[in-house]
Amino acid sequence: MLSFDLLGNALVSGLLLGGFYAAVTIGVSISFGMLDIVNIAHPAFIVLGSYCAWLLNTWIGLDPILASVLLAPLFYLLGAAIYQTYHVSFERRGDQSLRGLAFFFGLLFITEVGLVLVFGVDYRLVQAAYVGTTLHFGVIDVPLRLLVPCLVSLVLIALLYQFLSRTFIGRAVQAVAQDPLALRLMAADPVRLKRIAFGISIATASIAGAILIVIQPVEPSVARDYIGRVFAICVLGGLGSFAGTVLAAIGLGIMESLTATFYGPSWAPAVAFGFLLGTLALRPAGLFGRG
Amino acid sequence: MSNTRFLGCAVLVAALAYGAAVAVHNSYVFFAGYVVLQYIVLATAWNVLGGYTGYVNFGVAGFFALGAYCSVALVKLLPGLPIPAMMLAGAFVSGVVGLGMGWLTLRLRGAYFSIATLAMAVVLQTLMVNWEYVGGSGGAYTMRPQRAPFFGLDYIQYLFLLMLALAVSAVCIARTIERSRLGRGLAAIRDDELAAEASGVPSLRLKLAATALSGALMGMAGAPLPFYVTYLDPTSAFSLSYAVNSIAMPLIGGTASWAGPVIGAVLLGTLQQVATVTISSALNLLIVGVLLVVFVVAAPNGIIGLSGRRATAPRLRRFLAPGRP
Repeated sequence: MLSFDLLGNALVSGLLLGGFYAAVTIGVSISFGMLDIVNIAHPAFIVLGSYCAWLLNTWIGLDPILASVLLAPLFYLLGAAIYQTYHVSFERRGDQSLRGLAFFFGLLFITEVGLVLVFGVDYRLVQAAYVGTTLHFGVIDVPLRLLVPCLVSLVLIALLYQFLSRTFIGRAVQAVAQDPLALRLMAADPVRLKRIAFGISIATASIAGAILIVIQPVEPSVARDYIGRVFAICVLGGLGSFAGTVLAAIGLGIMESLTATFYGPSWAPAVAFGFLLGTLALRPAGLFGRG
Repeated sequence: MSNTRFLGCAVLVAALAYGAAVAVHNSYVFFAGYVVLQYIVLATAWNVLGGYTGYVNFGVAGFFALGAYCSVALVKLLPGLPIPAMMLAGAFVSGVVGLGMGWLTLRLRGAYFSIATLAMAVVLQTLMVNWEYVGGSGGAYTMRPQRAPFFGLDYIQYLFLLMLALAVSAVCIARTIERSRLGRGLAAIRDDELAAEASGVPSLRLKLAATALSGALMGMAGAPLPFYVTYLDPTSAFSLSYAVNSIAMPLIGGTASWAGPVIGAVLLGTLQQVATVTISSALNLLIVGVLLVVFVVAAPNGIIGLSGRRATAPRLRRFLAPGRP
């Protein structure tokens, strides 16, 4: 017999989880979806962001989300540096498909092992006023631990959307995604624009990392669970479409939450993979893609 | 050199390696040598798809662990089955999984295949964690017999010999492919898939063959693992270090021919066996990751490319296709 309390709670927490997944994916939507850079190391940078937020939180008691916003410029610089290396070593040589992928895989591995060496494999938690509180609406529980990340994520995506569609640089980034050659004919430098966009995509990892550690305790290998999820959402949302990303993220969040509630949490990672393979086999352009 | 003569040379080298290991008179050599040989198989298998065809498989740990878990299940199901039979079973299961993955994703751009293999490893791990029959998340113990089934050899020597035979076959298979019609088709796909397709190369069929073969070799390499470690749990069987090593070794050695993965595996494998004993094992994984990144950035053709003049090929390709970024 299906319990409606259970179903309602699973739906609500899936919805909130999906909002959070959108923030985790938005960086990949920019790098993979718009710039065609297969940054599989993105989840590792998110976990790096979690650890940075944790450090500031335990040392000086800073709010993790505030800390991540302060750290975002540093992540931007890191992203710009990574793109520059990637461009000089692979993109210019026309070698991004094999060695470029291996490069990002190496970065993923180095980040994970580096975190293990520095912080060990213990789970880390953050302290904040909203971590332990839960709101009640009838039989539906809304933990602030999930609600705050979801809201932060939606604000982040709305701001990015405004940036990309209203500002000059943002529109130029969208242009580089569509046709780099035409952009070069307009006397704009596609490499510089891609560097800015990739920097922004890594900067979002800082904020996504902070809300990840608000939602769940974090240890270095958590990144791997997110690779399948992130790319499943990105492909399903139709590479680079922000609205598609949010909808796909919420869809996956709800499916995972239902699976975890009715079949057990250890099966949840398989859901993303099912989504990914299903999308690739049936509709590789994504639900909201152009193709 | 003809294929049969090459096989003869490879067997001779293998016999010398075994002789040298026996002469040292210390069974630790067999334990360490087994791991190096296992990496020769994994790196060679990865290179059949990665180096020859240009499709990156991140799911090495998945295929490898699938072979290992196949053995765990078979030991319970049919006790007393000889290991070579288990290796064939592991090869079959991993090959079929490779074929299925390839059939779903190889028609798309290479990046999708890579992402799907990475996610596949995570899902196979989830399956094994939930499958109580093979030990679940707690892991499974496999009894290692004292003596090998023949000659009264030490069991670790038997495992070493099996892996040696597999390494010799893997290298010979890779070299045969390189020089065959299949290998030329794969190289054409790697250099320009669209042009290859237009010239009548049946690209999907060749890619599927390479994926299935590569997966089968990885599964075969994993099959004796439960007997080697005696205790297998999902976290160690699906360890990301298998994937990183199998990718780093061909890229460091050179992906163009069979010799690259062998050189990379021998160098990196031996280095790690020494480093694990002398330094910590986490640090030595970090070294592998750093070496991988340094080599793909600074020496795109690996160690072989450093000595030879193979660097002209990519330049020629760029000249022929100037429109590409």
